[in-house]
Parts: sequence; structure tokens; C-alpha cells
Amino acid sequence: MNFSLEGRTYVIMGVANKRSLAWGIAKSLHEVGARLIFTYANERFEKPVKDLAATLEGQDALFYPCDVTNDDAVAKTFASIKEDVGTIHGIAHCIAFAQKEDLKGEFVDTSRDGYLLAHNISAYSLVAVAREAQPLMSEGGGIVTLTYLGGERVVQNYNVMGVAKASLDASMKYLANDLGKDNIRVNAISAGPIRTLSAKGVGDFNSILKQIEEKAPLRRTVTQEEVGSTAYYLLSDLSQGVTGEIIHVDSGYSILGLS
Amino acid sequence: MADTFDRVKKIVVDRLDVEEEKVTMDASFKEDLEADSLDVVELVMELEDEFDMEIADEEAEKIETVGDAVTYIDSQA
Repeated sequence: MNFSLEGRTYVIMGVANKRSLAWGIAKSLHEVGARLIFTYANERFEKPVKDLAATLEGQDALFYPCDVTNDDAVAKTFASIKEDVGTIHGIAHCIAFAQKEDLKGEFVDTSRDGYLLAHNISAYSLVAVAREAQPLMSEGGGIVTLTYLGGERVVQNYNVMGVAKASLDASMKYLANDLGKDNIRVNAISAGPIRTLSAKGVGDFNSILKQIEEKAPLRRTVTQEEVGSTAYYLLSDLSQGVTGEIIHVDSGYSILGLS
Repeated sequence: MADTFDRVKKIVVDRLDVEEEKVTMDASFKEDLEADSLDVVELVMELEDEFDMEIADEEAEKIETVGDAVTYIDSQA
């Protein structure tokens, strides 16, 4: 078994800033020798991700714009990656979006546009990315996406994003079945709440963190680094027999009934 | 108050990549400092860390200028 990721190339999608879970994953993969490729949604995120990547010692990272709402743009991104590096060994898909007004109040009030937007960016993007990445993963590999408990159970204020995560979870499983014959494994990490830019968009987020600290079996929240090490596990040979799985990195919160 | 302003100013300059002179008490984040909605959320998080405090969503929404942020932080001290 080879624990190192030296000689392997991974695409990290969705670094917004130093708190991003995508960045936690990038740091973990960098530590074990992976070569990293970063994609960013648009110019707004270009400088932040380049500045962060520059802090990874000895990392010769590459950067590509990738607007996941546009099939041609996704195809173009992976065509450029193919031209520049050839083979890739994995992808960390850390992309989600919903309108702020849909992340508070009642789910029943979600607009059609808000519903479609959340699913487009947060769930369909995984399908589009997997399809374009498949030909580049000729040596097999792993795809990891980030989901959340709000897709399995009702979480106050998570609303349309929970429904999009349910769609993401199901997409992940169907993709795992399709890509398995090419030795490409597809899994999800369900992280407990972490203070990221995305999480802050969910109404009353600070009180969610408090609840985890009081009630989760480990009596604490999880860190970006802990999500990073689980991603390393899922993207490396350590998890060779694992696909279509959701791993909860959540201090055990998801096992609780009434507490 | 002066100390709070200086600390807020440093964060704003770092985050928004603006010149120090532009960061006055009256400067509006969105209008004068060209912050987008994500910048504002990032700023709120940086302020929460710097001042070891929580800024509730309703309060954060009311913060439009640098002065609003300074006043809010001082009111919580």
C-alpha cells in the first residue's frame, strides 16, 4: 500500500479563503506530496486562491477558472488541464451555493429559481465535473464531495441547501456506480458545522456551533484539518475498497436521537 | 475607541486591499470600499476573531460603515 500521494495530481475546486474546507483538503494533500490544481468560480476568487497556494512550500500549483453552471466552461477547464498535465488522480468538489434569503425562515417559501439555483451549483456540478474528469482519470482515482447532515435530516435554516445536499448524495452514489468500472471511486464527507464563509450564510450559524459543543459525543466542533485528513483517506489507496459512501466527520453528532 | 478603530482599519485594509486613507469612520463598506457581499461576511468573521466576540446576523446586517462596526464592537466591550 502506498500512503504517499507523490507523483499524483488532484484538482481542488472551491477554495474561497483560508477557512474553506477545500483549503483544509489542499493542505492535507500537499503534506503527503500531491501535486495540486485549483479551480475558481470567477475572477473574484482568483487572487485569494493564488495567494493561499503560494504559502504551500514547494508546491507548483496550477490554476484554472471553472464556472460549474456552464457545461462548456467545465469541458474547457478539464480540456486545459488535460493538455497541461495529462492524467489526474482525483478531485475534491467543494462547491455549493444558495441565495441567502433561502437559508432562513421556512423551506416551504423557497422560490423555484432559488431551488433550481441551489441544485444547479451544489448538486449538478458534481455530475458535470465527474463526466469531464472521467477521461483524465485513466489510472483510476477518487472524487470527493462535501455534503451535510441537512441532506439526511431536517436542520433548521438549512432549507433548500439540505434538499440540494440530498440530491448531491444521491448523485454521488449513482456516479460511484457508473465510474466504478474505471476504478474511480466517488465518496462524500459530511462535515459537522465549521466556521466557513458558506456556513456563515446559514441563518443563526453561531448558535448551531454552540449546540454541537454541548451535545456531540466528542463535545467539540470539528476542524478544517480533520476534514482534510478524511479527504486524504478517501483520495488515497487507504480507502481502496470504499465507494459510494458518506463519511461523517462531525464529532459523532449524526448518531444522536433526542439529546 | 481609537484603538478599536485602528484594529478595524487594519483588518479592512488587509481584507479589502484598499489604501489606509480610504478607511475612515464614515466610509461605507459597499459604496466607498467596494466590498461585495462575500467580503462583508469575511470582514464580520475577521472582526469576530480579532475581538473574540460574536456578531449576530441581525447586528451584522446593520453594519454599513466602518464607524458602525467600531461603535458596535465598543458597545459590546
